[in-house]
Parts: sequence; structure tokens; C-alpha cells
Amino acid sequence: METLFKRLSEISASTILLILLAIFVVLYIQAKPAIEKYGLHFLVESKWGVSVDKNNTPNVVKEKVNNTSTIQDDTLDEDLADDSLDEDIAIEDDDALAAAGVEKNTQNSDVVYGGLIPIVGTILSTLIAMIFAVPIAMGIAIFLSEIAPPFIAKPVGIAIELLAAIPSIIYGMWGLFYFGPFISKIVGGSSVNLLVAGLVLGIMIIPFMASLTRDSMKTTPNVLKESAYAMGATKFEVIKDVIFPYAKQGIIGSMILALGRALGETMAVAFVIGGVFNFPHKLTDPTVSIPVVLANNFAESSGLSLAALFYLALILFVISFIVISFAKFYFLRDKK
Amino acid sequence: MRLIINKIILILSTLAAILGLIFLFWILITLTIKGVKAINLYIFTHDLVDNGLRNLLVGQLVLALIAILIGVPIGMIAGIYLQEYSFNNKFAKFIRNLSDVMMSAPSIVIGTFVYAILVNPIGHMNGWAGAIALAILMLPIVVRTTDDMLGLVPKELREAGVAIGAPKYRVIFDIIIRAAKVGIMTGLLLAFARIIGETAPLLFTSGNSQYFTLNLNEEFPSLTVAIYNLATMPDKHLVDIAWAGAFILTFFVLIINLIGRYIVKDKK
Repeated sequence: METLFKRLSEISASTILLILLAIFVVLYIQAKPAIEKYGLHFLVESKWGVSVDKNNTPNVVKEKVNNTSTIQDDTLDEDLADDSLDEDIAIEDDDALAAAGVEKNTQNSDVVYGGLIPIVGTILSTLIAMIFAVPIAMGIAIFLSEIAPPFIAKPVGIAIELLAAIPSIIYGMWGLFYFGPFISKIVGGSSVNLLVAGLVLGIMIIPFMASLTRDSMKTTPNVLKESAYAMGATKFEVIKDVIFPYAKQGIIGSMILALGRALGETMAVAFVIGGVFNFPHKLTDPTVSIPVVLANNFAESSGLSLAALFYLALILFVISFIVISFAKFYFLRDKK
Repeated sequence: MRLIINKIILILSTLAAILGLIFLFWILITLTIKGVKAINLYIFTHDLVDNGLRNLLVGQLVLALIAILIGVPIGMIAGIYLQEYSFNNKFAKFIRNLSDVMMSAPSIVIGTFVYAILVNPIGHMNGWAGAIALAILMLPIVVRTTDDMLGLVPKELREAGVAIGAPKYRVIFDIIIRAAKVGIMTGLLLAFARIIGETAPLLFTSGNSQYFTLNLNEEFPSLTVAIYNLATMPDKHLVDIAWAGAFILTFFVLIINLIGRYIVKDKK
């Protein structure tokens, strides 16, 4: 009985390893047709679902035709995009068409799938989110750990942590109906675009980042802070010269962890990024990110387009795995 | 000069905190206003096909509960291994780190994985696939919680158990787990709160259904997926239903979190 339970516990612990390995292997196998066909060129190819016939002139497959001309055509129909509701409906309807269209076209010509647009969309939206979230999260963390008196810091701290628990779909829905229109009033353009997606993503990771950063800052021993104050240092100098150097690793680690979370976030972005294969030439262009491509197209795809989607999923998995491992092993390793 | 810089920085960070809070309360307030307006008895007693939420609420709970039934035993036993059997060897450290990394893996990628192994071979989306995707998602959280909580149990308790001649598994189940019960329960509650609001891994695993069903072999109703679909409908009434669902979901999650917090505080 004892040895039996011990074996069982070993097996359970190994499932973690097995599942992660299985995810990698299964995604690789599923993506293989696309990997073999496009190789690493997939990463720099901006066409998605475009058939190229023998004359090598690209034909846009009926994918998302309603809203955008898919490739290198930034004369986007702003009016249509303006009405976010209409647009999203149109996209969903078109997905079914697209799946059918792609299947037909495969027979007489070559369909090209490339991941450049979703990859760029993912990176840019995450970048905007980080630029927006880092200063605010730092501000909140400084406020909570150094400025606010305990009777304010405590409820605000709890509020921030609770807000980190709100499902991401709520952030997305709020972004679609309230924040997107609000931003479009200020900067113009449509209410679903790269900028809105990045900002909503930023707002979503603020609570997560702030509470982790605050925790790191709180690990600074009081003795250090007090000796600095005793030398006549101001609060800012203590924060800058004592707390930051001491908690640097933890703070950077928290930021990267939040970055990893932003990279793979689906629902908060899916509502507000536009979901169209369009290379963003300016911040207010609608585009698409890897998780959103997966969310919108996965169920209706098959064959080569499905393999291409698995290729994207694999890329996302590997990138976030590297980012998170980097944060964990390089910056947060002292904790354990 | 130093004092002025100090003032400026302090004011800036206070402003940042206020700005952050404004956004977050903006979300909660719109959610409450929109949600309360749309909530009535009708949506709790009718299914989506009749513009109600009943099948969705039940479906989401069923998926999460099955995920718990699958994920919790495996996760807990794995946590027990890490804390009690591994003697902190290299393998245990490796698994611990891996589990932490897996905790932050994009949930949609887990959805694609489950799609490949459970949806594609069967040919259509089904409730089991959704539940298993959620179970995979919660597994690392359960491992981490169990691991941490067992680590807090004093060594003397273990030694006392072993000293009276109990086999190790009895010590673990009768002494250590009992001592760590509150902490583990809290962790499980928080893991539950985390998966109940997940949408991405369900989109193409369990899908959605208009009707009330408990048959996990078919497409399965889910509140979060339905919110995603309904919110982008042109029909304003359907959008209102989505708001009602969003409101119920958010406050359910927040209440579970508060309960978890209260238990921890009570214990201390």
C-alpha cells in the first residue's frame, strides 16, 4: 500500500511533464503539414488564406472580404469598421464562407498562409499594454507599499487583487462597449483597433502586475529603509536607491510574468482588436493577434488552414514558454 | 530641489494609483448598472433558446465541477509527492518549476491541444473536451497550492506520526492533510474561481449549446462562450442578456475570492 501510493504520487507529478511534452508534440504533429510547406518563411509571410495561381497573382479568398481587402491594402473601410457590432458579426459569418472557400481553392491553386500579421499584432498589442501598464502598476505599487497609510493601503490592495480575478472576457466586453468608443472619440478612427486592444490588455494586467510588484517591494527589510531615512533621504530617494535596487529582480520578474500573460491573452483582446488580417500601419488600424486568430477561425478550419493555425499556436506556446521560463528562472528564482 | 522631486514623484504615483482605480471601478460600475437592469427571474428559469441563461449557468458549473473531479486528485497527489516523497530532489525541483511555467501558459493553446486530441478524432465538440481543458488549466494551480500548504505543516507532526508506527501514507492523509486542510480548501476555491471564468479553452472544445443538456458527449452549453457570442450580436436584447451573464459571472467569481480570503484571515 505504501509503495503503491508512492508510485501513484510519482506518476501524478510526472503528468505535469507529460502534459507539457504532449502539448508540444501534438501541436508540432498537427502543424507539420504547414511547417513542411512554409518552413520559417511562415514567420515573415503576411498573406493569410490567399490563393496564388500559376501566374503568381494573388487572389483574395473570400476571407473577411466584407471588411478589409486582406493584403497590403490599408484603404480600410473605416465606416464599416466604425460599427464594431456589425463588423464582428460579419467576421463570424465570413469564417464559415472562408473555410469553404479555402477548401475549394486548394484543389486548383496554392493557398498561402503566413503568420506575420498575427505575430506583429501580438507583439505590438503586448508592447502597447506594457508601455501603458508598467508606469501605472509601479505607481500603484509605490502608493500601496510606501505612501498610503495602512487603513487606505489595505482595502485598496484587496480591491486591486480582486480586480485581478475578474475574468478577462469582462474586460473585453467593457472595452468593446465603453472603452473603445471612448478612445475613438479622443484619437479618432474606429472603436476596435490595435491601440484599444493594447490599452484594454494593459488595464487587464495592471492589477496583476501591481500586486506582484508591491509584494516584491515589501520584501525590502525595514532596517535598510530606516537607515536611509535616518540619513535624511526623502521618500523618493529611499524608493529609488534602497527599495528598487533591493527588489529589482522581483520587480523585473513580475513585469515579465505580466508580459507573458498579455502575450497569450485571448478574450480581452478578441472583442476589441478588430479580428481582421490587416497589417497595422498606424495605431488606430484594426488587426489581429495570434490568440484571436485561433479563437475566431479554429472551429471552422480544416486541412492546411487548420495546420497553419496549429503552427501559430505552437509559435505562441514556444514564445510564452520562453518568456515565462526566463522570468521564473532568471529573476524569480531566489524566492524558492 | 530634492524635496520638489520627491513631491512630484509621490504625487505622480498617487495619481497613477487613482487612475488605475478609476479604470477598474469604471468596469465594475458599468457592469453593475448594465447587469442589474437585465437580471430578472425569467433568465434563471429559461434556456438560451428562449433568451434565458439557465442552461448556460448549469453548463458552466458542470464543466468546472468535472474539471475539479479530474484535476484536483491528480494535482493534490502530485503536490504530496513534491512535498513528502521527493526529498526535494532534482526531479521535484524540475516539476515544481515546470508547473509554475504551465500555470502561465496561454489558455487558448491548451484549448488547441485538447481540440487535437479529443475533438478532431471524435469529429465534433463535446463537453468532456471542455472539462478536460479546464482540468489541465487548473492542475498546476492545485499542485502549487498543495505543495505550499503541506510545506507549512510543522515537521514535528510528521515525526510524531511516524514515531507511533504509522505508515507514511497514513501520516499524510490522517495528519498532514488535516493540518493543512483550510489552506488547501482555500487554494481549491481560488482555482475554481480561476477556471469558472475561462472562455478561451472552451471556445472550440465544448463549444456552446442553445438547449439544456447534461450529455457531455455533445456540444455543451457554457456561459462564457455564450457571452462572447451574444455580446457581438446586433440584437440589443441579446446583448443585454450577455451583460446579465457577465454580471452574474463576475460577482460569483468575486464572492468566491472574498470567501477564500475570509477563510485565510479567519485561520490567522
